[in-house]
Amino acid sequence: MDQILLQILNGLDKGSAYALIALGLTLIFGTLGVVNFAHGALFMIGAFCAVTLQKILNISSVVLDPTKTDFLGNPAKIKTPYVETWFGPEMGASIIDWSVPLAIIFSIPVMIAVGFIMERGLIKHFYKRPHADQILVTFGLAIVLQEVVKQFYGANPIPTPAPEAFKGSYDFGVLLGYKANAIIYPYWRIIYFGFSLAIISAVFAFLRFTTFGMVVRAGMADRETVGLLGINIDKRFTIMFGVAAAVAGVAGVMYAPINSPNYHMGMDFLVLSFVVVVVGGMGSLPGAVLAGFLLGILESFASMNEIKQYLPGIDQIIIYLTAIVILLVRPRGLMGKRGVMEE
Amino acid sequence: MGILEVKNINKRFGGLQALDDVNLSIEENTVHAIIGPNGAGKSTLLNVLVGKLIPDTGSVMFDGQSVLGRKPHEINQMGISRVFQTPEIFGDLTVLENVMIPCFARRDGAFRMHAFETVEQEGDIIAEAEHILTDVNMLEKRDMHAAALSRGDKRRLEMAMCLVQQPKLLLLDEPTAGMARADTNNTIELLKHIRDSRDITMVIIEHDMHVVFSLAERITVLAQGTPLVEDTPDKIKGHPKVKEAYLGETAQE
Amino acid sequence: MLGLNKRDTTFLMIVIALTAFTPFLMQPFAEGSAMAQFNGGYPDLMQRVAIFGIFAIGFNILFGLTGYLSFGHAAFLGVGSYSAVWMFKLLSMNIIPGIILAVIMSGIFALLIGYISLRRSGIYFSILTLAFAQMSYNLAYSVLTPLTNGETGLQIRLDDLRVLDGDGASKYTNLFGFNMSSSYKLELGNHLFTFNVGFYVCAVIAIIAFYISLRIFRSPFGMMLRAVKSNQQRMSYTGLNPRPYTLAAFVISGMYAGLAGGLLASMDPLAGAERMQWTVGGEVVIMTILGGAGTLLGPVLGAGVIKYLENIFSKINETVLHGWFSFLPDGAEDFVVGVLSVFTGKGWHLTLGLLFMLVVTFLPGGLVEGGKRIAGLFKRKPKSDGDDAEHHPKHNPHVAE
Repeated sequence: MDQILLQILNGLDKGSAYALIALGLTLIFGTLGVVNFAHGALFMIGAFCAVTLQKILNISSVVLDPTKTDFLGNPAKIKTPYVETWFGPEMGASIIDWSVPLAIIFSIPVMIAVGFIMERGLIKHFYKRPHADQILVTFGLAIVLQEVVKQFYGANPIPTPAPEAFKGSYDFGVLLGYKANAIIYPYWRIIYFGFSLAIISAVFAFLRFTTFGMVVRAGMADRETVGLLGINIDKRFTIMFGVAAAVAGVAGVMYAPINSPNYHMGMDFLVLSFVVVVVGGMGSLPGAVLAGFLLGILESFASMNEIKQYLPGIDQIIIYLTAIVILLVRPRGLMGKRGVMEE
Repeated sequence: MGILEVKNINKRFGGLQALDDVNLSIEENTVHAIIGPNGAGKSTLLNVLVGKLIPDTGSVMFDGQSVLGRKPHEINQMGISRVFQTPEIFGDLTVLENVMIPCFARRDGAFRMHAFETVEQEGDIIAEAEHILTDVNMLEKRDMHAAALSRGDKRRLEMAMCLVQQPKLLLLDEPTAGMARADTNNTIELLKHIRDSRDITMVIIEHDMHVVFSLAERITVLAQGTPLVEDTPDKIKGHPKVKEAYLGETAQE
Repeated sequence: MLGLNKRDTTFLMIVIALTAFTPFLMQPFAEGSAMAQFNGGYPDLMQRVAIFGIFAIGFNILFGLTGYLSFGHAAFLGVGSYSAVWMFKLLSMNIIPGIILAVIMSGIFALLIGYISLRRSGIYFSILTLAFAQMSYNLAYSVLTPLTNGETGLQIRLDDLRVLDGDGASKYTNLFGFNMSSSYKLELGNHLFTFNVGFYVCAVIAIIAFYISLRIFRSPFGMMLRAVKSNQQRMSYTGLNPRPYTLAAFVISGMYAGLAGGLLASMDPLAGAERMQWTVGGEVVIMTILGGAGTLLGPVLGAGVIKYLENIFSKINETVLHGWFSFLPDGAEDFVVGVLSVFTGKGWHLTLGLLFMLVVTFLPGGLVEGGKRIAGLFKRKPKSDGDDAEHHPKHNPHVAE
């Protein structure tokens, strides 16, 4: 039983990432009707926002200290981040330590801007074009974005640690009456899960309880009618794209400590996220979220040793298998609307 | 016993009863029109007749065989051809190629792997296609891209494609929708020509009363998902219930 | 002749001639000249152009002609490679068994995957193929390691079985004794031309593949495929069942991909899982569209251009750039080099991505359409409506929905 709980917990962080990316994808597909292959790249850019902030905060003044030498025999270089110089050593170190959460604040305007530029500059021109063209051009964009990142940040993953305070693990087991250390789970991953729940709730609340959200939902159901009602749906769609980009980006920021950002993490997550969207039901927001978590947990279960003994390698392919089965048996997905893109 | 027997069709979409106990009998070799105000369920009924929509209850028998649940190409092979509201043709192909495709379908069936002949060599098919194009007066446009045709011409092409297969039943979904007067008249003439030159049953869903009264031998009036009246055109013309259905309850002369 | 009309026969002759003279055409610059680095006439590159041309021709039958966008064809490439290498290990270093098995295995694979994937169309189909590709990659990488040797890739060893090879048989991939890697070099004046056995083997096979695709384009079957792309709904309402047609197209394109994979392994006997990554499938999509989807020549053109540019761009690093722009004052030189180096050398993929986006946005008919437009500027003839689909690929939905 404790194993099961552990696996469920294990699946939650990846599941959260899938859910958030799938949420953004569905928002864009449901409102704008655009298939956005560049969405994984947005996730990656978010992660690299965290990397960038960390680098900026670590920009240091270099002072040579003649009294000490490094291993080559040269005078040692003492690097003091400017942040520490300005705010004092303790505060400064603390700021650097918290660079990932701080990056959230930093990344939101960046991601919204990126989303705006993408939508106004490119996506807008592809609304009327067939889905295949949208896939192709956003695929090209994804490649371009990932290569740009690779140019500036190199090809290797860049560790972006979480704040010290959250580095350890929490002993869940004790809470539930198990022996000590039976179920332990890293603090940061719990935070990530909670964080993603918060964002998902915020998005749903926004869509449900604001006028803006209501118009967007109406637009998702029937874009033409909304336009005929004289409501400028275009501007709202641009904002929606920005929101979706921000969601993906922030998901990326918080994921950075879990998996060191590298330039092709976008593509890695993209395929799986599309699979999630399809399983949940294209056009269904709750479906995307639900499917994200389910598939994350499923993947986690599949990597249990007991299961791998009987079905070696099942963890690598379980998500794809599930998607294939669902696409065949119930093509509208778990919660998709009937008749949407069925054959 | 008509060639198309529709019995007890019911179809519900969520809270809306789109088709309510529809019974219909279409006689062979007649032109039967289905009319009714917007939202009456005409298109829904047509979709049931072509097998695209599965009703909640009821049966649709064509020539004694059930139509429900069959794939579109099977229904076509049974002898039912369909003309769409917006003409559905192969836009990327030339007019001649468009007509050749049903010729191939008639000769070869649902599938044949003829990858090593060339189209140029298929003299019989080409001749047959040219013949049909002449029949609908479109031979001189044979090499045009179908997408470049006017709407009226697309309609004619679509009709030609249906006729190639010598269907027993031709279903027309608002064939003159969106057409100007001239085109509409041309279409009426074409349909009359088709009706008179061969043994064929036609079911037309139409809004344009001029078209209906020029062609139909029997009319069914559909309102709110159920047949209101069915009779000859003369009897339908002044029928009070029909007026009520179209104009509302207090319509007085 | 050979079942082709006069126009097509001429076309085929031209293609054959161009292919035969590739070693000359791709090596226009004299040795040691400043432009020599733009030469492309060496075995490795010429082989890849032919091989990826085959891949793209097959892909074009599914995508350009039938309108189904598959991201999963890399899987068939991989299957072809693995099959060929297994033949090299078990039967012979003669490439014939390898290629035959490659085509058969990838055909079977394509039948399976196609049967399942084609139950949906549009985006769902594309995502299904994506899922299959990634699944195959993961299987090859970590699960089916006895067959594929996982990360390291399947290699041949001296002590392999090779039942059909006698003691005197070549230890290299060969065609009845002619090694793929052997070349004959010809010096003419200042130019050096390389005639490589491997390239000519690939080229002959490519020409046959091209001929087959030409026949398909001109056949009633090809017309049916175009009908599927144009209006699948109308097709089924005309009594035709689109499913067997699309499946046939899928399997054919899968076999082409398998053939390409087998040839890749024949030139360089190593099969790795990375060939099955969906991004490789993405590359063939780019090639086909860049060249011109739905046309005969487009995919080959696209394959050639991309492989050639990939080669050239990768060789242009900062040193070379500095050499070119040394005539500029230092500050300007550094600036220009800095900007350009983003797009060259390791930045080739960036350039490719940008190029691809531009083509999809502004010139969906690819290079073929571009060429027609330029020719049109010179000729100033009114555009005739009667040309066949090969010469006027109208912008139309790429995916049957």
